[in-house]
Amino acid sequence: MDKNCYYFHTKDLSVGYKGKPLIRDISIGLHKGEILTLIGPNGSGKSTILKSITKHLQAIAGDSFVEEISVKSLSYKELSKKMAVVLTERLRPEMMSCRDIVSTGRYPYTGTMGILSEEDKKIVDEALQKVHGEDLSDRDFLSISDGQKQRILLARAICQKPEIIILDEPTSFLDIKHKLELLTILRQMAKDENITVIMSLHEIDLAQKISDKIMCVKGEMIENFGTPKEIFTKEIITSLYEIEEGAYNISFGSVELPKPVGEAKTFVISSCGSGIEVFRHLQKEKIPFYCGIIYENDLDYSVAVSLATEVVTATPFEEITDEQYARAIKLIDLCDHVIKTDFPIGKSNKRIEDLVKYAEMKDILECR
Amino acid sequence: MEYSYKQNIGKYARYNAVFILLIVAYIALTIWNINSGSVDISIRDICKIIFTGEGEPISYNIIWKIRLPRILTAGLLGGALALAGFLLQTFFNNPIAGPFVLGISSGAKLFVAVVMIVILKYAGTISSLSMVGAAFLGSLISMGFVLLAARKVRQMPMLLVTGIMISYICSAITEFLITFAKDSDIVNLHNWSQGSFSGMDWDSVWVCTVIVGIATLTVFLLSKPIGAYQMGESYAQSMGLNIKTFRVVLILLSSLLAGCVTAFAGPISFVGIAVPHLIKLSLNTSKPIIVIPAAFLGGGVFCLFCDYIARTVFSPVELSISTVTAMFGAPIVIVMLIRRQGQR
Repeated sequence: MDKNCYYFHTKDLSVGYKGKPLIRDISIGLHKGEILTLIGPNGSGKSTILKSITKHLQAIAGDSFVEEISVKSLSYKELSKKMAVVLTERLRPEMMSCRDIVSTGRYPYTGTMGILSEEDKKIVDEALQKVHGEDLSDRDFLSISDGQKQRILLARAICQKPEIIILDEPTSFLDIKHKLELLTILRQMAKDENITVIMSLHEIDLAQKISDKIMCVKGEMIENFGTPKEIFTKEIITSLYEIEEGAYNISFGSVELPKPVGEAKTFVISSCGSGIEVFRHLQKEKIPFYCGIIYENDLDYSVAVSLATEVVTATPFEEITDEQYARAIKLIDLCDHVIKTDFPIGKSNKRIEDLVKYAEMKDILECR
Repeated sequence: MEYSYKQNIGKYARYNAVFILLIVAYIALTIWNINSGSVDISIRDICKIIFTGEGEPISYNIIWKIRLPRILTAGLLGGALALAGFLLQTFFNNPIAGPFVLGISSGAKLFVAVVMIVILKYAGTISSLSMVGAAFLGSLISMGFVLLAARKVRQMPMLLVTGIMISYICSAITEFLITFAKDSDIVNLHNWSQGSFSGMDWDSVWVCTVIVGIATLTVFLLSKPIGAYQMGESYAQSMGLNIKTFRVVLILLSSLLAGCVTAFAGPISFVGIAVPHLIKLSLNTSKPIIVIPAAFLGGGVFCLFCDYIARTVFSPVELSISTVTAMFGAPIVIVMLIRRQGQR
């Protein structure tokens, strides 16, 4: 790809503390208005990378570039008009209203005494509006909730009229509603105002949904950088977080707890999502189980694969084959308990009925 | 919108009220101070002495040579102390930082004592400027130790303990030096090392005015970066502030202000913590552009008031100024700490 078309890029950037590189040779590129999310385990160096981009830490080697201008060569003042930050550190300002906090974003633009012009005040109002924080304006910053604080800090960053906003774990401490709210605002900003966003997130499911680019941070080198589609594969995610094979669910972008171990004595017949609850219940009770016959496009499928000892599967839109049926019967023979959930049985999955009858005959069926 | 507009009006009315109150108190205390003392002089005589320069020689000397210089320096140095406190609180991002608790005043005291003893022995006289120079150096060195400690200990309580220890060490050495100094020096030094506005002359007034004036003006002009710094270093830097330079400026200014006070009046406790806190509380803001001038006035008012008490309550015996400032300042600090704990 042509480097010149990137709005922001890093070239052989090495970051770390006290001259010792933690992560080496980061070379990535972003277009204007894209959202890049850094994901990776705790302590992998996400914050270190962000701090090096914002010049809070000196890069050990290499550099970042905004529109081909080296960040190293920019003064803090020049950089402040291009880049704004939302940091993880807890802010404890004394007797400052939310509006006061947001106003500090105008710092790079005000005169010697820092007095806000009418224009500045308008920008502050707009920024407050963007984060739906008008009502908070006169409240003391210390008296509002974490979610509100984070929105106010984002408004502060917006006020700085940056081209890039860097956020370090902006969703920590927030409940799900506020997480979604914050990320929606970011998405909106990126789309409407062409602001480039670089942030770190712990919630990989949200990262997948909001980002244009994902960087996986683990180890000395950045091995995986790309679109969510390229990154959110079983292999990359399970190795990134060192979680068990199968624990990560690609289609839901979520993770499952480890499957129960031991010899399975339970068989679950389910479909259409009706089995998920049963699987999770069995997992919690640490009861290993088999599962079948599930179509590979069924809602139950990915959870079953993560949690069941073995899943008998069928090809979508085809009838269940003899082979699949025989396998299911064989597994039922190993069990002393069969659970059948409530789901419709039609033409193509008719043989499920036979399975149910077989279990009923063995007197081990439980219908839910 | 209308709501916000009303709020703004309320805010400015509050600022105005506080400033008017401070100015009135400042003037009233100045007049009151001129008018009180162990020798009674009628107001008519005072006006005559000040405005026409005529009057009884004794009264004239009391007003012009004793009371006026003392009152003027008390006002100026009180302001300087409050500002030094405000700067240190900003620097350490802690409301109980101040020149006295961090050992900066005591460092200045030690250096002034050394210079006084040495110079008095060999030269006989000592200029105000060299005292300020010595105090400034002492402040800087103490500050240096505190900063060294700050790199090792991250928690503020430990840092304050370090400051208090530095303060004890400096005071111990000062006492040691005073004990072995020549008799005639001791009286002078002893008074001063306890903190007092007595014995000011016009020379001191001018030196104070110039140094405190320049430093205060500089601090005021730095309102904007100080405001950014209150947001924490990382945010301040992201707003375009060069943290490294600014830190040095903050240290130099607070040391100069604290040093200047110590050079003339000795170490004075609690003004640096109590006054900025009261001012912020009454203004309901911590915006430097408003707090800086108000704290300067407030420090002056506080010290004029405390000096009045020190001079008059047990007249003709005079209390040390720190005794009085502690009496009023310490409870304020304690209440502040309790309130803060409650907020968490």
